[in-house]
Amino acid sequence: MTTTDTGVDSLADVTSSEDRLRRFLLGLPGVDQVGAEARAATLGTRSIKTTAKAYALDLAIQMIDLTTLEGQDTPGKVRALCAKAKRPDPADPTAPQVAAVCVYPDLVATAKFELKGTGINVASVATAFPSGRSSLAIKIQDTKDAVAAGADEVDMVIDRGAFLSGRYGLVFDEIAAIREAAGDAHLKVILETGELVTYDNVRRASWLAMLAGADFIKTSTGKVSPAATLPVTLVMLEAVRDYHEATGLHIGVKPAGGIRTAKDAIKYLVTVNETAGPDWLDPELFRFGASSLLNDLLMQRTKLATGNYPGPDYFTLD
Amino acid sequence: MVWRPTLPTKDGARLDVRKTYKLYGGGAFPRSESGRSYVVNDAKGKFLANASQASRKDARDAVVAARKAFGGWSARTAYNRGQVLYRIAEVMEGRHEQFSAEVAASEGLSIGKARALVDASIDRWVWYAGWADKLAQVVGSSNPVAGPYFDFSLPEATGVVALLAPQDSSLLGLTSVIAPAIVSGNTAVVVTSFERPLPAVTLGEVMATSDVPGGVVNILTGSASEIGPWLAAHLDVNAIDLAGVTDHEEATALEAAAAENLKRVRRPADEDWTESPGLSRLTQYLELKTVWHPIGI
Repeated sequence: MTTTDTGVDSLADVTSSEDRLRRFLLGLPGVDQVGAEARAATLGTRSIKTTAKAYALDLAIQMIDLTTLEGQDTPGKVRALCAKAKRPDPADPTAPQVAAVCVYPDLVATAKFELKGTGINVASVATAFPSGRSSLAIKIQDTKDAVAAGADEVDMVIDRGAFLSGRYGLVFDEIAAIREAAGDAHLKVILETGELVTYDNVRRASWLAMLAGADFIKTSTGKVSPAATLPVTLVMLEAVRDYHEATGLHIGVKPAGGIRTAKDAIKYLVTVNETAGPDWLDPELFRFGASSLLNDLLMQRTKLATGNYPGPDYFTLD
Repeated sequence: MVWRPTLPTKDGARLDVRKTYKLYGGGAFPRSESGRSYVVNDAKGKFLANASQASRKDARDAVVAARKAFGGWSARTAYNRGQVLYRIAEVMEGRHEQFSAEVAASEGLSIGKARALVDASIDRWVWYAGWADKLAQVVGSSNPVAGPYFDFSLPEATGVVALLAPQDSSLLGLTSVIAPAIVSGNTAVVVTSFERPLPAVTLGEVMATSDVPGGVVNILTGSASEIGPWLAAHLDVNAIDLAGVTDHEEATALEAAAAENLKRVRRPADEDWTESPGLSRLTQYLELKTVWHPIGI
């Protein structure tokens, strides 16, 4: 596939005014919807077997942001999740750890305590997740609270209302402000692609987030249907690839929500490799926001190791 | 050229519609994932139809479907399960001629003998349907204990049951292994007779058009020797019936594989399917739950 020609020599002056930003975003080439969906479907048919499959399963486990974002979350639930993050398969010590545990800000301290010294990051959603309908002051405070409690990564949501009504400057400033408030924490920007409706919007929002300082762009909150899909992730991977060509910077991608089977996860990994390139086959640059996916990966892993089909009775409920 | 509703041949006779049957799993009729099919001949070696040849992955999908259906099916009232089984008998009655023709062709019997076997199969469904809400009274108990407790034991379904159906008796034998497994709330993955699968295929069509929820009975046409070991070693299968295994050593190997997760195993035996079945199959796939309920405090 050809790369997107951004049409500008330097991205530096694109963000100098809202007018220029709007012109740049609206000037991005449109996404061929049929082409993107056909490409994603084709990549999904690749056959990954035996040693390649074993590699893919372990890589996918290492890329998981093990997530619990429910109103009924308790410290006990978070502790159980952290135990699982540290040792996903109690019966098999060779199963790798996940990348991070993702929780609401008030549970960050609990997760941080449980994961001390393990190398597993604590990610926290912030900025009035999942709707993002609050004032900027509250969003900034929400972010600062999460970071103060020990969050290594912050998952913020963009103001979709502002984005869809064309107020790109507002969205940009908000991401930049949260970027500053998050300090050293990794910033993941949730586009909520299910509400952006078109692939063109996904491409624009991806660029907007990257220009504003995102370390990661993330598809969804998991609270809106449709959540992550393969074509949407493909469009976002193209955006990070093109951004890398333009700036030399590596931005990560995180599909979240709706990825439940090992088969699906492997389709995503194939798409990553074929779109952004093998550099992105790294937990630093690609993550899965998921919880039930982990059990399916572990079951597939057990099947490869023992030769027999395992059952869900032998893995934790979560 | 005049359009004709049927395909004309030179002499004006209608062309045969040669069927390729599919599997039945999760309430749908999928082809085998492997894309394989095999020729099914009648007892005299004449072509009858093509059947899908299920693979281990079809068995895996069937177990997933059966597990998914287990919660709902086992939670139904026993009375309701009895009604559903009775409904199977009713729908089979409507397809009596089709079953009789298939049994006659598959087993090489006269149509009269085949009809008698279909009658017996339908009666067996009715017989097991009657057991649905009587099982707990017969198998369960209230137990005298030396303490202030009302102590009682109740039979519950064990879970997903793999059934390697008899190779010889294509309908009565098949019915006699499926009905006792599902009446108590288990869900079943059935591997049919390899050489005589057609009555089982039709039984799948009966299941799909009666009140049996999708996934409660999953029917795989194919080889028990090929699929059996995968089901016997599958950790999400709770019991296995080896009725269709003819080789003694093969049965022993399957039994050993089934021990991994302590499956309930029913070994193959010389069985006369026309005889009254008794309760042994019915009670094979049950777990007894004993409750100690405090009284007088």
